[in-house]
Amino acid sequence: MMSGSTPWLTILLLLPLVAAAAVAAMPSGNAENVKRVALIGSLVPLALVVFLGVRFAGQAAGGSAFQFSEAHSWIPAFGVHYALGVDGVALALIAMSAVLVPAAMLAGWNDVEERGSGSVKEYFAWMLVLETFIFGVFAATDVFLFYVFFEAMLIPVYFLIGRFGGPRRVYAAVKFFLYSLLGGLVMLASLIGLYVISGQQLSAPSFSLFDLVNLDLPAGTEKWLFLGFFLAFAIKAPLVPVHTWLPDAAEQGTPATTTLLVGVLDKVGTFGMLHLCLPLFPNASRWFAPTVLVLGVVGVLYGAIVAIGQRDMRRLIAYTSVSHFGFIAIGVFAMTTLGQSGASFYMVSHGFSTAALLLIAGFLISRRGSARIEDFGGVQKVAPVLAGLFLLAGLSALALPGMSSFVSEFMVLQGAFQRHPAVAAVATLGIVLAAVYVLHMYRRTMTGPVSGAVTALRDLRGREVAAVAPLIALILALGFFPQPVLNLVNSTSSWVMEHVGATDPQATVTKAGQ
Amino acid sequence: MTASPALLVAVPLLSAAVLLLTGRRSDRWGHWLGCAAAVGSFLIALNLVLSLAKQPHESREISQTVWTWISVGGFNVDVTFTVDPLSAVFILLITGVGSLIHIYSVGYMEHDDNRRRFFGYLNLFVAAMLTLVLANNLLLLYVGWEGVGLASYLLIGFWQHKPSAASAANKAFIVNRVGDFGLSIAVMLTFVTFGSVAFPEVFAAADKASSTTITWIGLALLLAACGKSAQFPLQSWLLDAMEGPTPVSALIHAATMVTAGVYLVARCHPIFDLSATARGAVVAVGAITLLMGAVIGIAKDDIKKALAGSTMSQIGYMMLAVGLGPIGYIWAIFHLLTHGFFKAGMFLGAGSVMHGMNDEVNMRRYGALRTAMAVTFGTFAIGYLAIIGVPPFAGFWSKDEIIKVAFEHSWVAGGAALLGAAITAYYMTRVMLMTFFGKARWADDAHPHESPAVMTIPLVVLAALSAVGGWALLHVVNLETWLEPVLGHGEGELPFSSSLLLPLTLAVVALGVAAAWKVYGAGADIPVSAPRGSWFIRAARADLGGDLFNEKVLMQPGQRLTATLVRVDDSVVDGAVRGIGGFTTALSARLRQAQNGFARSYALVMVIGAVIVALALAMVRFA
Repeated sequence: MMSGSTPWLTILLLLPLVAAAAVAAMPSGNAENVKRVALIGSLVPLALVVFLGVRFAGQAAGGSAFQFSEAHSWIPAFGVHYALGVDGVALALIAMSAVLVPAAMLAGWNDVEERGSGSVKEYFAWMLVLETFIFGVFAATDVFLFYVFFEAMLIPVYFLIGRFGGPRRVYAAVKFFLYSLLGGLVMLASLIGLYVISGQQLSAPSFSLFDLVNLDLPAGTEKWLFLGFFLAFAIKAPLVPVHTWLPDAAEQGTPATTTLLVGVLDKVGTFGMLHLCLPLFPNASRWFAPTVLVLGVVGVLYGAIVAIGQRDMRRLIAYTSVSHFGFIAIGVFAMTTLGQSGASFYMVSHGFSTAALLLIAGFLISRRGSARIEDFGGVQKVAPVLAGLFLLAGLSALALPGMSSFVSEFMVLQGAFQRHPAVAAVATLGIVLAAVYVLHMYRRTMTGPVSGAVTALRDLRGREVAAVAPLIALILALGFFPQPVLNLVNSTSSWVMEHVGATDPQATVTKAGQ
Repeated sequence: MTASPALLVAVPLLSAAVLLLTGRRSDRWGHWLGCAAAVGSFLIALNLVLSLAKQPHESREISQTVWTWISVGGFNVDVTFTVDPLSAVFILLITGVGSLIHIYSVGYMEHDDNRRRFFGYLNLFVAAMLTLVLANNLLLLYVGWEGVGLASYLLIGFWQHKPSAASAANKAFIVNRVGDFGLSIAVMLTFVTFGSVAFPEVFAAADKASSTTITWIGLALLLAACGKSAQFPLQSWLLDAMEGPTPVSALIHAATMVTAGVYLVARCHPIFDLSATARGAVVAVGAITLLMGAVIGIAKDDIKKALAGSTMSQIGYMMLAVGLGPIGYIWAIFHLLTHGFFKAGMFLGAGSVMHGMNDEVNMRRYGALRTAMAVTFGTFAIGYLAIIGVPPFAGFWSKDEIIKVAFEHSWVAGGAALLGAAITAYYMTRVMLMTFFGKARWADDAHPHESPAVMTIPLVVLAALSAVGGWALLHVVNLETWLEPVLGHGEGELPFSSSLLLPLTLAVVALGVAAAWKVYGAGADIPVSAPRGSWFIRAARADLGGDLFNEKVLMQPGQRLTATLVRVDDSVVDGAVRGIGGFTTALSARLRQAQNGFARSYALVMVIGAVIVALALAMVRFA
């Protein structure tokens, strides 16, 4: 496809990898230089993504949902291609990731020094390697290639948690790894199943997404294959009840790692549901939709309630994400344009908002040497900028209008309401619970009299503000002007809706009038 | 030249952004910028309303679409601001009373280190409240709706080093979110029914929808209104909200924000017109709250809480009226305006008293203040005469009309409104007597003094409005005619001779005043610590069980549920995983022993994985 044109996506994938190699090759003596190179290495891809976004928007009106496609046969014997291409959701998530990696680096600038052990070079190089795999997993249009990136992402995260995390980091890393591996293997089984059928139905077996969406799967088989993919994605997202690895990983990883894990990696799960499960297994997706919606609603409420009861800030934030992933799943499986575009936009805004929350909590935790909520109190008095940004991030988590999270959460609920009013109504209770967990955390940490050890806390440094202020600015900008991103993700929604064979319900009054 | 409605919102919003982003750098002039923004938006509002008045009576409207907010799959929402006769009276109230309260705050907050931030939040509130009333669709209204909630949260918790203030702020936001749940449902149901959330389109098609749907939308809107307007059963947050600085109580928790629920019902009247059930629910909520608030007002010794109970009660009157349908809409809005004048004035007056009494709020520590604070006393007295409904003060005109239409609706509604008038006269006379008359019961270090002019001038303006505002709105502005194109008009019939109404109302008011005079009047001995009181007073003092109900029915079971789920998550959900993966623990234990084993084991697992993949693929391919 499109040979001869510039392989933009390959270049995008290579950029962080090259930076990682450069970082690894630098002399360890000057840590600051290493960090600077790494930061620049993450800003260059961001610039390229912005360029691609503008070009994508310019061409989107034209036709195909996918752009910048490239495809080369990789393992001809198995029909595996090195095939890349992005649709709107993929590009939006790549852009979100490209913003979060430099933010995480800036925030985690002194993570290694503060731990007192480990290699600065290794820490930053793994983040860059992770960025390449993240780009790959979103851009892959060959399902096998997707799988390779999907599993490869585990490696850097495993090292980032296992080498640089807290006291129980090994437990958390292994738990994360085994959970993900289990999901990956089940997906692999399904993948092979798809491949077998493609061999029967196509002239040659193929892993290309564009070939596989045209298969005509036997009903029973389709359900099993769907389950394989869905389980992998449900673990990755994670949905209740396969979520318990996330709080441990969030508690033990550095805030920068957790940001990439929750902000980006987890999105691969919900991205996979929308981008692979629905188009590949349309009948099974529709058949399982009610089940997934119930899982989503349970996740929304369960995650929020358990979050309210947490004593550790990082675990609390992890559970809020469990609740939010419930919303995303509802949006994806509502089978309406509004729900799917809402879910896609939710992935983007949740990335920014959780990153801001996690990073600011991280600043707070590293200052105080404790993540326990009860060890804080009155921080607003001594660190007003930190408290103000924390409140803004929290308000984004509770989906206050004016924040991008409001637009996405409302779209998800409205999209679900079009087909399943009861599901949407119950899920809407989540907005009350979100207010409880955010404001309780804020009240207990930031307000009240300044408690003992808090007195000495200093406010945010310039570097720390630079890490989170752009995220807050994006959240606000997209809250008021979401349409550019919505236009991106809408192109995907129509592609998915077409493949899953769903049409938007009409308004009752219009229907009655006809 | 007609100003742009968007500018009206933009001015205070920009000012808020400047005040909150520049930090301490704007401490010296920040409060004046805040005032300028409020006054500036008042002038813009004035310009808009005068332009509106020049348009033909039946079709007055100034509308401006600023940008397309969301457009996805048939769901289109624009940021469109519309000034029509209904929103016109609101923008004048918000920016007018708002400006006075901004100016007053310059003096009231003078000694606060964070005065600039206070003005930033006040400006934010004004911008959000204007968005609420100018929105031409439900979703944009929702933005203003939660925006005022945010401002309210920030301002109640303004002195957040006080745990009581921080808790009150949380409570206000969370209880309001329960109401917002209702508004969310209303928006979603409206869209699936009408394919739009814009008022003109929805209202034009309202009669085509099924009556069940309309009733549900109406009830969901009512839930929202109950949250924002502190109506039963979501009333409990308002009394706690008095933790905020007094100008906040005057602007947000008396004159404007808490009346947003009444606005919502009035704005969506085409929905309520079609559902007697929804209207009945509104009337019931209004009647219950008007009595509840009044009873609570009887028992409070904290002057701000007595006034807060009164606010609940007065909004109950507006709710009752707005639930009566076409015969009541206009009177609800009328009372909302007059209440905005006299209640804001009295709250500011209470603030002035506190200012002169070392922030004392306990009326048992007041007494005999009429000479020490003559201006405050005089203006408060006018507010007092207005609220109890003495002719020709503002509240007389509006409350009288509400009592009339309530009787036209039913004996129950009319009886509640009339009884409320008696109780209002009682508790307001009590406030008046305990504060300004009788013996001085001041704390030893209290040296009451009149407030500076920057505070008393707003008091005088509001007192003037409380004195003549009712008559002027009715007979000079012709509010009835002005609002009629938006709210419609209905005629009812009294079940008794209309000539009886005025004497009846005045008689019950006199009864209330006399009863209070008997207890708190000349020579009455008011102990500094409150006597235990009858069961009735004790219940009223405990907010008629509102908090007890929250505690027993919501908080405690909620905490138990939370604790249980946390345990379940840890031991059952995660426990199952740990059980299945028992080897996880073993593996990690082994990994912890051997430092280098970490990378090596990982490599091993990867290799095994890769081999499985290769084998699996090969088997399929070559089978």
